[in-house]
Amino acid sequence: MPLLEVNNVVYGVGPDKKTPILAGLSLALEQGEVHALLGTNGTGKSTLANLIMGCEGYRPASGEIRLDGTLINKLPIHERACLGITMAWQEPVRFEGITTRDYLALGRHHADPAACLSLVGLSPDLYLDRMVDKCLSGGERKRIELASILALGPRLAILDEPDSGIDMLSIQDVIHVISAFKKNGSAVLLITHREEIATISDRASQVCHGKILCSGIPENVAQHYKAQNCRTCGKGECHYV
Amino acid sequence: MSELTDLMQAFGEAGGDRGALADSGTAHLSVSNNSIVSSRLVPGIDVQARELRNGVSAKVTVREGVKLEKPVHLCFGVLHKKGTQRIKMDVTLEKNSSATFIAHCIFPNAEKVRHLMDATVDINEGAEMRYSETHYHGLFGGIEVIPKLKVKVRENGRYYTDFTLTTGRVGKLGIDYAVEAGKNTVVELAARVFGHANDAIVIKEKVVLAGENARGLIKARVAIEDDATAEIRGITEGNAPGARGHVDCMEIVKDRAVAKAIPMVQVNNPLAKVTHEAAIGSVDKRQMETLMAHGLSPEEAVDVIVKGILK
Repeated sequence: MPLLEVNNVVYGVGPDKKTPILAGLSLALEQGEVHALLGTNGTGKSTLANLIMGCEGYRPASGEIRLDGTLINKLPIHERACLGITMAWQEPVRFEGITTRDYLALGRHHADPAACLSLVGLSPDLYLDRMVDKCLSGGERKRIELASILALGPRLAILDEPDSGIDMLSIQDVIHVISAFKKNGSAVLLITHREEIATISDRASQVCHGKILCSGIPENVAQHYKAQNCRTCGKGECHYV
Repeated sequence: MSELTDLMQAFGEAGGDRGALADSGTAHLSVSNNSIVSSRLVPGIDVQARELRNGVSAKVTVREGVKLEKPVHLCFGVLHKKGTQRIKMDVTLEKNSSATFIAHCIFPNAEKVRHLMDATVDINEGAEMRYSETHYHGLFGGIEVIPKLKVKVRENGRYYTDFTLTTGRVGKLGIDYAVEAGKNTVVELAARVFGHANDAIVIKEKVVLAGENARGLIKARVAIEDDATAEIRGITEGNAPGARGHVDCMEIVKDRAVAKAIPMVQVNNPLAKVTHEAAIGSVDKRQMETLMAHGLSPEEAVDVIVKGILK
């Protein structure tokens, strides 16, 4: 049985939620699998992430989200987190008065905070006592968020563009983090626009107009994505395969 | 038990450092109602204190060039259920001196207590003062605290103060601070208050950046719940070239509580700049979701966020 199953999920926005964002999307992740999602902006990747995490306002109009076969459509975020799902948002929020040390110790942390910081390329000596507030750069905050997710030891980590805001010399750190999740047995749903990040995954899927256009070996999906996507199809309609 | 013993016990329970009061190298002044129950001086600081009918008057001077290594501890308390305590305090830091003051104001049993402070602070050229004041008002809310403070910071002086009332009830609080900042000075005023039940909080802090290149920051963090109310007025005037000021106010509101923030900025010199930011509302949704994604319940997440902003 897959760890995560997303079955024919429909989700819309606007008046009466009639503007479709996800149009019957289905996806499955196995235990410990790193699965990359590729797709142009606005195709529904982050919406899917929010639906799986159970963020406020994100409930499928129809379809199912299951973890270990159990339907979780109606569970609130913290109950999903207790089942082992967690998420690093594309733009992590800042917190006043909370040190990195305290932040990494929140919740059901399983790992050593200092070790997690080192894994994301930050020195524990320099960062453990710094506040997770607006004094951090975007890249620093992003790394701390990744370290905090790593410290939780989740069964499923949803990483929404973990590489955005990270300088190009440090992309290798992001790759190390994703490898660390895999080594720890966590499954990762990885949203990225970088081919070098996507291709370290076990599998990849291309999202287009709220559906999975194709899935398979990351290199093949990346090639398919570059050749055929929402931009190239021209009419706003994809050629589904 | 004696008044001193009672006060010291309450001081310790309110988070005060009793060891510091016992330390022969640390200056302190402890006042219970209108009685000076304990005091100590160290070289470089003069304190002339006298008891009044319902309080204490104290004149504190840090001598020129003296840099006190250890903080001066102040402890003001009313341990009875009822009473009025007036504190009249005049503090002078002479030229190039520096001192840190840590004050604890303790009213653990207050059912009908008034604590009125009327203070002036004169920071002379090149001097630096840090003043940290922590209050504990008990659980009954029967207290009114009205601290009034006027500060003058002269050339190259520095003044930092923070007021904390985050444990127990607030009762009625009416802070009224005004600071005049001279040339090349730095002023920071911070307040953190957590109101519950029908607590009523009014914080008025004003910084006049009168001298060239004066710097001022007013920072207020207030959380209120139940039927509590809060009004924060952060006022900054930029009156001289190069003056820079900022007012930063954040209030978190729960239940039926009502909050107002009135940042007022005024610039009377084209080369001065004053900015402000104010945020009032319930706990930030994205912060909540982030913490809940770490496995915290909604209640735990609110608690972490509120404690963080009040830290």
